[in-house]
Amino acid sequence: MSIHPGTAAKRKAPDSHTPANPAKVRRRSPTRVNPALYLFPLPAVAVIAFFLVMPTLQAFQYAITDWNGFSAAFNYVGLDNFIRAFTKDSLFTNALTNNLKFVLLVVIAQTAFSLVLALLLTKNSRGSILLRALFFFPTILSSVSVAFIWKFIYDPNFGLANTVLRTVGVDGGAYLGNDAQALYWVAVTQVWFHSGQMMVVYIAGLQAIPKELYEAAEMDGANKWQQFKSITWPFVAPATSIVVAYTTVQSFKAFDLILGIAGNPPKAALDILSTRIYSTFANSEFGYAAAQSIIFMAMIALVTWLQRRLLRLTPKGD
Amino acid sequence: MLASVSRRAILAIYAVIIIIPLTVVAFGSFKSTQELFAGPFSLPHSLAPDNFTEVVGGQNLGSSFMNSVIVTGISVPLTLFLASLAGYAVSRLKGFMSWAIFGFLVLGMAIPAQANMVPLYVLFGRLGLLDNLAGLILANVVSTLPIAVFILGGFMRTLPKELYEASSIDGSGPWKTYSSIALPLSAPSIAAAAIFLFVIHWNELLYPLLFIQTPGNRTLPLALLSFQGEFQTNYPLLFAGVILASLPVVVAYVFLQRYFVAGITAGASKG
Repeated sequence: MSIHPGTAAKRKAPDSHTPANPAKVRRRSPTRVNPALYLFPLPAVAVIAFFLVMPTLQAFQYAITDWNGFSAAFNYVGLDNFIRAFTKDSLFTNALTNNLKFVLLVVIAQTAFSLVLALLLTKNSRGSILLRALFFFPTILSSVSVAFIWKFIYDPNFGLANTVLRTVGVDGGAYLGNDAQALYWVAVTQVWFHSGQMMVVYIAGLQAIPKELYEAAEMDGANKWQQFKSITWPFVAPATSIVVAYTTVQSFKAFDLILGIAGNPPKAALDILSTRIYSTFANSEFGYAAAQSIIFMAMIALVTWLQRRLLRLTPKGD
Repeated sequence: MLASVSRRAILAIYAVIIIIPLTVVAFGSFKSTQELFAGPFSLPHSLAPDNFTEVVGGQNLGSSFMNSVIVTGISVPLTLFLASLAGYAVSRLKGFMSWAIFGFLVLGMAIPAQANMVPLYVLFGRLGLLDNLAGLILANVVSTLPIAVFILGGFMRTLPKELYEASSIDGSGPWKTYSSIALPLSAPSIAAAAIFLFVIHWNELLYPLLFIQTPGNRTLPLALLSFQGEFQTNYPLLFAGVILASLPVVVAYVFLQRYFVAGITAGASKG
């Protein structure tokens, strides 16, 4: 780290070597690297170490305390926070159940739907390119904007959905107002929000499949479904694992969308882990919120790991 | 034949499901509440920007807009600068060090922002970074640096080594090689990363919600969120806010669509 004294070394260092000609030739041989290169990643490494790695490690320390965020004194309470989360806190287990349900719904629906869209728009025709751009569009909006748009669609009295239903003589529902269904309706919104993005990942995968394979299958008399099962699906497996992994993390963190659509704090029927952690934090239970964060991280890791195992099995089974 | 009809039907229906809500929002932002409820799909009677003047002036969305411009305008280039420096070093260093630096920087992609928000809040409190824009900028840089290094470093590694070596033999130091060879050649991936970061930073909600207390320091997403409680069913006002918050991203999307798709997909394929 202290190869060059002084902080201005980054700009100066290269020039300071140029006059020493014989040394330069030796140093620039392909096997040696200029030591000044080690200064280049330094700012990024420092920022990440200090503001990302350190706080993450500290979360583990906070998690075994009862710190309230203000007082200087706090106690180490061992695993109490974790035990409390799983056995004594129905708000937390409710958020956990909601979150797992939400992730499962969105992953299945979004993966299937984005694959269907990609299959329909694989060819680079004018119309396909235009529709891809349209379907991708919602992804660029902010979650709060998407939340407001769908709040209006779902509004039981004046909303779009019920207005349309009324014109065909059907009584609409309460949507978000119905606690038993609310989470499903937010899942629909999430799929609308991000399917276009995942469609693009699938299209890249589909376009890489050699056309000859389909021609050969056609000659062998394979129908469309058989072609999908034995060519398309195995070939897009890498794309599927990207889509599933990304959708999982994205729907675990649907924090902005939930707050935008349900308000802050959200009602119990729409509370998920990230919003629960935030509420615990806002309630100045810093130690307990940190413990919840760690459970949250562990859940993402666990679900991602399970999916990798499942996905690896699927193509082989075929 | 049947397949082609159902293909068209599915695509048409989904196109409608995307276009209709967006149109309703655009029209609705010029309507009064009564007018919106009476006919959500109809064209607005007038294009008087009453709702916009109300949210910009009355609700201070104008100052939130400026805050968002400042925060995004600084955090995107700053992230790109730090990430490209690191990416360049990783592409030129060899063996273990290159691998270790890249791994360390990219590891953060696996850490969700909610996981360390409590300690980060405490740290920012000690450093006086709560309730100001500087803190938001730093938080944005930290949270997106891993993915930016992943995109830029990944690209720079594919640049032909001979170019670097030729530049070295010409007597250029690392800084010169970085700025006159590596950066220009990486322009496509920098553009894609820039778009990706722009969308993320512009729409960021968690950090403003955590750090900002003073209404005057709110960024757009936070200001919009505060509308949620205030204007329960005053949808025209909410819609005007949505339009203002989305306008810069939408305009950029119209002109730079290719980079959007490349950037946001590069961000997605990190797994």
